[in-house]
Amino acid sequence: MVDVSLPTKWLLRVIAVGYVFFLVAWPIGLIVQQTFASGLGNLSDALGDEQVVGALQLTLMVAFWAVVINLVFGVGISLLLVRFEFPGKRVLSALIDLPLSVSPVVVGLALLLVYNGRDGWIGPAAESRGFQIIFDSPGMVMATCFVALPLVIREVVPVLHEIGDDQEQAARSLGASTRQTFWRITLPSIKWAVVYGVVLSLARSLGEFGAVKIVSGNITGQTQTATLVVEAKYQNFQQSTAYATSFLLILVSVACLVVVAFLRPKRAH
Amino acid sequence: MTSALIGATTDVARPASPEGRRPRRARRTTPRNTLTPGAGLGLGVAMIWFSLLVLIPLSAVIAAAGSGGWSRYLSVLRNDQTWAAVQLTVGQSLLVTLVNIVIGTVIAWVLVRDQFWGKRLLDVIIDVPFALPTIVAGLVLLSLYGPNSPLGVHWAFTENAVALALAFVTLPFVVRTVQPVLEELEADVEEAAASLGASRATIVRRIILPSLAPAIAAGAALSFARAISEYGSLVLLSGNRPFETEVVSVRVLTFIENGNTESAAALASVMLFVALVVIVALDLVQRRVARRG
Repeated sequence: MVDVSLPTKWLLRVIAVGYVFFLVAWPIGLIVQQTFASGLGNLSDALGDEQVVGALQLTLMVAFWAVVINLVFGVGISLLLVRFEFPGKRVLSALIDLPLSVSPVVVGLALLLVYNGRDGWIGPAAESRGFQIIFDSPGMVMATCFVALPLVIREVVPVLHEIGDDQEQAARSLGASTRQTFWRITLPSIKWAVVYGVVLSLARSLGEFGAVKIVSGNITGQTQTATLVVEAKYQNFQQSTAYATSFLLILVSVACLVVVAFLRPKRAH
Repeated sequence: MTSALIGATTDVARPASPEGRRPRRARRTTPRNTLTPGAGLGLGVAMIWFSLLVLIPLSAVIAAAGSGGWSRYLSVLRNDQTWAAVQLTVGQSLLVTLVNIVIGTVIAWVLVRDQFWGKRLLDVIIDVPFALPTIVAGLVLLSLYGPNSPLGVHWAFTENAVALALAFVTLPFVVRTVQPVLEELEADVEEAAASLGASRATIVRRIILPSLAPAIAAGAALSFARAISEYGSLVLLSGNRPFETEVVSVRVLTFIENGNTESAAALASVMLFVALVVIVALDLVQRRVARRG
């Protein structure tokens, strides 16, 4: 391996650390500082605000369902894509990645066009059966599912490839049923990839903003999630509440990152 | 977080490990369809959900965009305000992508080849923009580059703010695609070149950069795609001033809020098209890399 000269080394180091410091570390530090500028007051004010608490509960509920749906769907699709052959598999595996590249605003628009109760493709039929999707939690769960869709699959598919299916075949030849093979052989070996995917999906789901803003209608106290409350509070000049809510969101996303950082070495060895 | 960020997930162009490759080759001789009844049912259910969630809604966007024909497209794009938004978005995205190519490669280099106190922390911070809610990203940047900036710069509501927000949210992409490739790079070739008298600059230029190029290209494509579709981080930071700091996503949202869904769909379908082009380009790059590797 070629060593760079000492001045170059320091130059590169300073550029890298400086860029990340000014772009990410310092701004986040400032928000934390502003949250605690008057002790714990801002945080307890925010947690006493009904609008914020309601939004946090709604966010948790939406994120929970989105993660559960993506978990089941993701593990299922990964198994199908890796262990089976079927016509159209290549197309499906390419399409699975699409949601990561679609703008959240376009996601919102797409769901709105199909599921709105007035002139959507499916919306009016669903609403006449008493099932409102747009401007209600089902739509918000769908939008969140959409944006976080590929995350579990992206983690699980490479691991499934890597472990191969020798053990599964051995289990089956010894008389294990499909269900037994899945719970005793496949799932334990993809366990960490699944956890990793779930943590990533959770971070993404809690933080979704654009798509949820469109499909939820942003109704204060009813369909407002934590990220929407941050925007509303900031624009209402209740900045300390906005900072405190942001701090909570930062805390959760950094916690997710730390969990992932701890999991990764375990998986590698 | 690496694999969450880089290109195609599935088996299309993966330089598989020997164990991973063996069963796949064996399966080539079996019929194209190996679904068991249970798996077939699972695939059916999964496809229904995937269609309801992704395929039908995205088709609805295309259908709504196509309902007005070409004239609708042209009139939407010819609108001065929309055109200004498109120019701003593409221009700033290209700029940010360029910055990411340079800085991202430098950061990846430092993370792999350098050793210093706090490197592990830097490694974790790189992922923060990916995990942070976008609206919070905007708020966070506002604290350092907004009206009450301790630095004394007031970039909020200017074009710089747009670039700043885009640079923040796209920071991980180039770093995380280049880093693993740099880690795998064999030292022999570099040492051979050095022993034959090549200078450090020559080695970087002739040996290291060419082998990183596909990864840099993939990271750049991802960061460009993310930049042109960005919305959340710009809401608070850029002020969304027409002709000045309004980006395409905001324009689409304005159309939606005004009930003009056809125009929104027309502009959205252009964005979808760009996303599709990026995905195809990434797939091609990765296939080339796989063939070489």
